[in-house]
Parts: sequence; structure tokens; C-alpha cells
Amino acid sequence: MKKLRDTPSQTVGPFFAYGLTAEQYSYDFTSIADGLLVNQEGDQAKVAITGCVFDGKGNVIPDAMIELWQGDSQGKYNDERIGKDREGFWGFGRLGTGTQRGHKFYFTTVKPGSVEKGCAPHINVILFMRGSLLHLYTRIYFDDEPEANKKDPLLNLIPESRRHTVIARRVETGGLVEYTFNIHMQGENETVFFDVKN
Amino acid sequence: MENLDYNVHPPHLYEGYKSTILRSPTKPLIPVASMLKDLTMPAFGESVLRKWDNDLTKNGQRNGEPIGERIKLSGKVMDEYGRPLKQVLVEVWQANAAGRYIHKAEIHDAPLDPNFLGAGRMLTDDEGRYTFYTIKPGAYPWGNHYNAWRPNHIHFSVIGKQFEHRLVTQMYFPGDPLFDFDPIFQSVPKHARELLIARFMMDWTEPEFALAYEFNIVLSGSNKTPFEQ
Repeated sequence: MKKLRDTPSQTVGPFFAYGLTAEQYSYDFTSIADGLLVNQEGDQAKVAITGCVFDGKGNVIPDAMIELWQGDSQGKYNDERIGKDREGFWGFGRLGTGTQRGHKFYFTTVKPGSVEKGCAPHINVILFMRGSLLHLYTRIYFDDEPEANKKDPLLNLIPESRRHTVIARRVETGGLVEYTFNIHMQGENETVFFDVKN
Repeated sequence: MENLDYNVHPPHLYEGYKSTILRSPTKPLIPVASMLKDLTMPAFGESVLRKWDNDLTKNGQRNGEPIGERIKLSGKVMDEYGRPLKQVLVEVWQANAAGRYIHKAEIHDAPLDPNFLGAGRMLTDDEGRYTFYTIKPGAYPWGNHYNAWRPNHIHFSVIGKQFEHRLVTQMYFPGDPLFDFDPIFQSVPKHARELLIARFMMDWTEPEFALAYEFNIVLSGSNKTPFEQ
């Protein structure tokens, strides 16, 4: 059977905010997702995922958009359709980097469990920005899971010298447990990005 | 038999589009398809849609109709075997007829339209089809190089079924004289540029109301996924 060709990718451009992240940027339109991956009212233990995106000169990128997609505390992905009245845990978030001080992103979620035996807890990341013609995939692992990380098959595909670029650092803030995950497009600490089709 | 080249995506670094220079990875991507198995993307329910979200000529109205050429846009979202992808979220955003985005950081000296927001969304139906009405966007200048102008385009974001189906792209209109001068359009391999251009559809036009265009979207899965019926 003859396969069809993909629709080619193009950049998200600088002006995505009123369409894709309208409520975060205070535009008069609704949003399908934001910085919450779990209902804040629920009694599950929450964690924060924060960080910045840096360009090749080390400057913070103020117009990137980040999507997170993860399993729940048991590692199970939500397979129900996400509606307007989000309850419990849905596991999908989306933020632009243009509204917080220092152009940080700040997601509130639960720490995911292992999706399957032998895999370390992780969050999938999809990254978009002006200047990126093709979105990029990476993952967030956690530095307080050293044993699980050591065995994770995907993490083991990454040269050891670069593994730290996908491991978030746990920070105690007095409030929520916070994990810092900075994304570097280039340079010494260039984040590892994945090819998910090959 | 025609040999199709499946290499349709732009490179990460395309120097003609200057912003890619400091924002593209310099190291090769690590292939992980075999590790992802059947990871799907989230699905969205009808309740994320409001009444006029698929009609951009209506969802930004304050005191009248938006100015410009009303058009209808429709297409199918499908996988690489032409199978429809239903209940897929399609989000769109665009400039108004004067080439002005409502975005706060936009500085192009063209008028905003008080009755046009320029953003919408829909879910595909059981045949994988989406349809929306809008105003044909204008061209606008940008700072990439001296006298740089973007061709008329509508931005699309599509959340498919599989994790690797995620797509953000831009749809263009047939015969745009700016194609030859736009590095974002040119970043796509020449043979694949036609895949970004909508088709004018006389049969779909609505007499006395709107011209119509078709833009189909193909989201392919991992190259390691065998074909399953």
C-alpha cells in the first residue's frame, strides 16, 4: 500500500499565544490546557516543574511553548477525553514562557510513577518556538530516582556525559516540592532531544 | 511508478530563517521510536469547544461583522494510510485581513479589526474532517531581512492519536507571489511544498457567501510501527 506523505512542519511563530495559550496571556479566548496537569483541589501530593529555555547565547527565550504529557502517580496515562471541567488527574499541560518573571514556566502536577517495570518515572516534553521549524521532544527524569534512572532503557541510550540534561533537580522550597528543568538549545549543556519516528 | 520522497520536513537549522541559528539543536537527535511503543496523545472532549469556535467570522464579534474576504476551509486529518483520524483536536490562529495579529507584541502598523480575534478550534468528525469559516488573512512584514513579508497563511496545531502525530504547521493559499521570497516556506524541501498549499474548491463554495479551500493533513506514525488493520 502506497503511503501518503506527512504534512510538513512549520514554526509555531511568535504569535501563538492568543490561539494556543489564551487564558495564560489574558486574551479573550478559552484555553484547552494550562500549567495544571492535576486538579488543585484534589488530595494527591503535588509537585512543581519549573525552568527556562535558553538559546545558543545563553539568553532566556521568552516566546517558547512547552507541552507536558505524563502518567499519574501509578504511571498510568489518562485515556479519557479531557473536558472543560477537569477533575482528578489528566496529565497534559501547556504553557508559553512569556508571562512569568524571568520567562520561567511553572507546571503543577503529580510526580509520575513508572509506566512499566524497569522504566524510571518521567514526563514527556514537546517544545515549540519561533525559530524552531520542527518541534522537539525531550523527557524530564528526576534526580531523586537514581536507582530507577540507572536501569531506564531510554536513559541508557543517551551518552553518559549528556544524561544530566534530561534529569530535573529537586529543590525544597518550603511549599511544594519543586523540580528544576532548564532546557538549553545549544552549548555545553545542550539538552538531549529525541527522534520519535525512528 | 512514481517514487515518493518521504523526507518532507524542514531541517532544524535553516540559515535563511535567522531565528533558527541560535534556537536549533547542534547535536543529532537520539532515535527512540522503539522505546515509545503505543504511547498515545491526550484526547479532548466536545466540552472544550464553544459555540462559534469553528467560525472565526463570528467568535470575535463585538459590534458587527469582521472586514475581509469570508472563506470556508475544510479538510481531512488522516494517517499515512489515508485512514481518518477522528476526534482529533485542530487549533488555528491567523492575522486579520489587513495582515495584523491581535498578539500584544505585534508592532506591524496595520489596523486591528474589533470584530476579529483570529483564533479557533474544532474536533474532527468520524470521517476525520474539520471545517471552519474565517476571513482570508493578509500578508505582513517581519524582521528577518530587509523588506521581508510572510505569504498569507493560517497556523495549524493538531494533536493526533499517537505521540509522534503531533503537528504544528502553516497553511498557504495557491499562487502566492511571496512563496519565492519566504524562508519559512522555502525551508521545506521543494518537492513537499505543495503539501502546505490549500486547494481552491469551486464545488465547495457557498454561492453569495464564501469561497472554499481544502487542506488535508497527514500525520504519520513511527517508521517502526508495522501496518495493522
